[in-house]
Amino acid sequence: MQESKLITDAVLLRSRADYDRREAIIRAVLLLFSIVSIFTTLGIIAVLLQETILFFQEVSIIEFFTDTVWTPLFASKRFGVLPLVNGTLLVAAGAMFIALPLGLLAAIYLSEYASDRARKVLKPLLEILAGVPTVVYGYFALTFVTPILQSIWPETQTFNGLSASIVMGFMILPLVASLSEDAMSAVPQSLRQAAYALGATRLEVTLRTVVPAALSGISAAFILAVSRAIGETMIVAIAAGQQPKLTLNPLQSIETMTAYIVQVSLGDTPQQSIAYKTIFAVGMLLFVMTLIMNLISHWLTRRYREVYE
Amino acid sequence: MNGFFADEDGRFAPRLSLRLRYGRIFQALSLAAVTLGLLLLSILLIDIILDGYKWLRPEFFTEFPSRFPEKSGLRSALQGSLWMISLTAVMAFPIGVGAAIYLEEYAPDNWLTRFIEINISNLAGVPSIIYGLLGLGLFVRGLELGRSVLAGSMTMALLVLPILIVSGREAIRAVPQSVRQASLALGATKWQTIQNHVLPYAMPGILTGTILAISRAIGETAPLITIGALTYIRFDLKGPMDLFTVLPIQIFNWVSLPKAEFQELAAAGIIVLLAVLLSLNALAIVLRNKLQIRW
Repeated sequence: MQESKLITDAVLLRSRADYDRREAIIRAVLLLFSIVSIFTTLGIIAVLLQETILFFQEVSIIEFFTDTVWTPLFASKRFGVLPLVNGTLLVAAGAMFIALPLGLLAAIYLSEYASDRARKVLKPLLEILAGVPTVVYGYFALTFVTPILQSIWPETQTFNGLSASIVMGFMILPLVASLSEDAMSAVPQSLRQAAYALGATRLEVTLRTVVPAALSGISAAFILAVSRAIGETMIVAIAAGQQPKLTLNPLQSIETMTAYIVQVSLGDTPQQSIAYKTIFAVGMLLFVMTLIMNLISHWLTRRYREVYE
Repeated sequence: MNGFFADEDGRFAPRLSLRLRYGRIFQALSLAAVTLGLLLLSILLIDIILDGYKWLRPEFFTEFPSRFPEKSGLRSALQGSLWMISLTAVMAFPIGVGAAIYLEEYAPDNWLTRFIEINISNLAGVPSIIYGLLGLGLFVRGLELGRSVLAGSMTMALLVLPILIVSGREAIRAVPQSVRQASLALGATKWQTIQNHVLPYAMPGILTGTILAISRAIGETAPLITIGALTYIRFDLKGPMDLFTVLPIQIFNWVSLPKAEFQELAAAGIIVLLAVLLSLNALAIVLRNKLQIRW
C-alpha cells in the first residue's frame, strides 16, 4: 500500500511546489479546526450578550440586581435575580461543606498515606463518582436522601436545597481530591525529607510542609469546585425545587439560576417573550461568575507551578 | 509550640507517642473520607438497582413512552441517544483531532497559540447549560435547525471538543520525536509523517479520549433540555432533522412525574444508562491496555 503510493508519486513526478501547496492547505485546515474553539467562546458571548441587551432594554439593570422578588413567569412580573443567586450560592456552599474537607482528606490519603497499589485501585474507583451522570444524582437526591432528611427533620420539604447539596458534594469530591493530589504529588520529595530529618512525624510533614507547599494548587482545586457547583444543573433541577426565595434555610424549596433556565426551557416559551430573554440574562450572569472563578483557578495553577524545580 | 514540647520543668519533651497517636487518628480520618465516597457510590448503585430492576423486561426497550407505566419504554430515547452520539462523534472527531494535531505539531509559540490554549481550558469549565443556550441561540434559532437531533448533536459536539482536544494532544505528545525524525529523514513531508507515522501510533490514545467524550455526551441532560429536546416522543426517529429525546431526558421526565411507578421506570432507565457508560469505560480501559505502545 505505502509502496505503491510512493511509486505513483514518483511516476507522477510531483514537483516540490505541489507538495508545498498541499502541506500549506493541510496546515491551514488544521489551524481552522483549532480556531473552532475560539469561535465557540465568541458564539457563547455573542448569543448571551444579544439577548441580555434586549432584556435590559425592558428591565432596568438596577431592578435586576437589587429587587428581591423573581416572578417573570407570573402575571405581575418582578425581575430581581437575587433569590436565584441566593439559591445557587446556598446549594453550592452546602456542597462545599462536603466536597472540600472530604476531597482534601482523600487527596492527603492518596498522596501521603496510600501505597502505590492502593492508590491505583482507589483513585479510579473514586473517579467513578465524577463520571455518574448528574440526572442520576438528581434521582438519588430526591428519592433516597430527601426521605432520610424528612425522617430527621419532619419540616423538610419534598424539594429542598440540602439533599441537592449533599449529593452534589459527593459528586464534586473526586474533582477536589484529584486536583489536590496532583498538587501534593508535585511537592518535591526533598522537602518531605528535610522535615522528617528535623524530627517531624508524618502528620506534621503532611500538614505543615506538604499542604502549605501545595496550597496554590489546592486553592485552585477549591475554586474550580465552587465553579462546578454553581454551574451544576440537573441535581438542583430535580431535587431543589422551583421556588425562588431569599432564605438561608436548606430544608426549604428554593430555585437556582440553572434550575430556572431548565424550568423555562421545559415550557414552550415564544422567542419574543420576556421569559425567553430572562434565561439568557441569567445565563450571562452564570457564565460571568464561573468564568471569573475558572480564570482565577487557572492563574493560581499557572502562577505557582514548578516553583520548586 | 514551646509549651507543647516542654514538660512541667520547662525541659524539652518530644512527646512522640502523643504525636504519633494524632497521626494515626488523622490517617484513619483521611481513609474514612475515601471510604465515605465509595460507600455513597455503592449505596447509590444498590438503591437504583433495587428500585428499577423489575422493570427491565423486553418491552422496556421496544415500547415508546406512555401515560401508562406498564406500557412505557425507552424506544425513542435509545434511538435519540444513538443518533445523537453518532452525529456528535462524526462532527467532533475530525475537528478535535485536527485541532490537537495543529497544536502539537504545527503551532508556533505565539500569542494566537497561547490564546487558543487558554481558551480551550476555559471552555472545559463552562457549565454545560451555557452550551445549551449557545445551541438554542445559534443552531435552533440562528441556523433555523429547529429542535432537531442535528442541532442537539452540534451543541454536544462543541461541548465535548475540549475533552477530545486535550486527550488527543496527550496521545500525540506521547509519540517519541525519533519516529518523526526517522520519517522526515527519509524525505517524507510533514503531513506524510503525521498521517503515516504519528497518527497510527497515537490512535489508541485518541480513541480512548473519544470514548470518554462520548460517555460525557451520553450522560449530558441540561444542554439538550435547553435547546428543547422533547420528553415525550412516540414515533421512530428517521433523520437528522427530526425532533428527538435522549436517555437522560427520558429519565428526567419520569423522575418528575408523581406516580411511584414512573420513579421506578426512571431507576430502570438509569440502570440502562449506567450499563452503557460502564461498558464504554471498560472498552476504553481495554483499548488503553491492549493497544497502547510503550516506548
